[in-house]
Amino acid sequence: MKTMIANGVRGALTLLAFTVVFTALMAGTFAMTKDIVAKNQADAERALIAQVLPAGSYDNNLLADKQVVPKADAKALGNDDASAIYMAKKAGKTVGAVVEATAPDGYAGKIKLLVGIAPNGQILGVRVVDHKETPGLGDYIDAAISNWIDQFKGKGLGNPALERWKVKKDGGDFDSHAGATISPRAVVKALGKTLVYVDAHKSSLFGDAS
Amino acid sequence: MMISRQEVRDISHNGVWKQNPGVVQILGMCPTLAMTTSVINGASLGIATALVMACSGAAVALLRQFVPNELRNPIYILIIAAVVTILELAMNAYMHALYNVLGIFIPLIVTNCIVLARAEAFAAKNGVIQSGLDGFMMGMGGTVVLAILGGIREVLGKGTLLSGIDLVFGASAKSWVIHVIPADLNYQFLFMILPPGAFIGLGLLVAGKAALDRRAAEAARRREAEASAPLAA
Repeated sequence: MKTMIANGVRGALTLLAFTVVFTALMAGTFAMTKDIVAKNQADAERALIAQVLPAGSYDNNLLADKQVVPKADAKALGNDDASAIYMAKKAGKTVGAVVEATAPDGYAGKIKLLVGIAPNGQILGVRVVDHKETPGLGDYIDAAISNWIDQFKGKGLGNPALERWKVKKDGGDFDSHAGATISPRAVVKALGKTLVYVDAHKSSLFGDAS
Repeated sequence: MMISRQEVRDISHNGVWKQNPGVVQILGMCPTLAMTTSVINGASLGIATALVMACSGAAVALLRQFVPNELRNPIYILIIAAVVTILELAMNAYMHALYNVLGIFIPLIVTNCIVLARAEAFAAKNGVIQSGLDGFMMGMGGTVVLAILGGIREVLGKGTLLSGIDLVFGASAKSWVIHVIPADLNYQFLFMILPPGAFIGLGLLVAGKAALDRRAAEAARRREAEASAPLAA
């Protein structure tokens, strides 16, 4: 009985020692790499946001100039939670806003979007940043697969009118591939909603610039 | 701590062919089936697995003398999880380009039972160098299977080979993609890209390896029979 307890205690202490040592090792690595990882992530995020803005059209740090869309407004953009709008500025003047939006009704779940919008309400660029659409079928909404997403550049509310912000199959203005309309339909609908949201908030976003 | 040439040969042969994790041990199927939609995806996952297994094998072998036998499983899991976490953090910080390519696979590898299986079956009884090599070679064996399976699915499913290579070697590598079936035909066979294609492709590979082994065994038996025949007569 006594040896049993002694064995148990020894085993527990060994496990404890291993846990402490390895937790310390992981914590040490985390502390050592934290700043570099954060910088890499910020760079990657900036590069992603930069894709929806014309090159050289802004000169500020996009991640520093952001406005928060409160959770109460999240639904208008299809998001579940509070999200960010990054403001692009050149020489202090606002030249565009990059909105995080979500198309909740993709074929396989949510499609996350970044939408660049100019103060005049025109779309500067759109990118799908995260999706699970069927490979080879609905995934052509991704800029890495096809240039489908580029057709929105220069469009806005009234060009075409809001009721024509649909794929052609549904009587709208936008192209989609035959047999794979669910993903683009979701994206087009989310873009329409995003434009409506930005239009409703243009004075707080762009001030006099609009 | 030294390693002989014979050992290197044996460990390598074991990992890549005889005990191949993909088609003989059939371990780590979750990432194998999920990620092999193209050669590049398969090979990338394989290489990441090899790196992780080399590090975890060496770490387990280094610490095995401190590990009581009855507690070895939880401690091995702890060691592997810690090594993978450290590797992922270090890669993210110091080799960010490589991390962008292999990073998404690393959390998948922790769930891969081949890592624990080699800790238990090999690293727990062997030296540090041998265990590191064993892990690496097992990973390479897996890489070959993943790349071939990815190739089969990619050719049959999309009619291309090496698609996505630009993610590894930069945008200029885009022209390296081989279109086995001309791109303007827009060929597609979704069945092979989706999970059923993975199961069927892997089944064919397992059968192919078994067939090759059987043929080799038969040839060896015939040679033996011929060699002993004069004695019998």
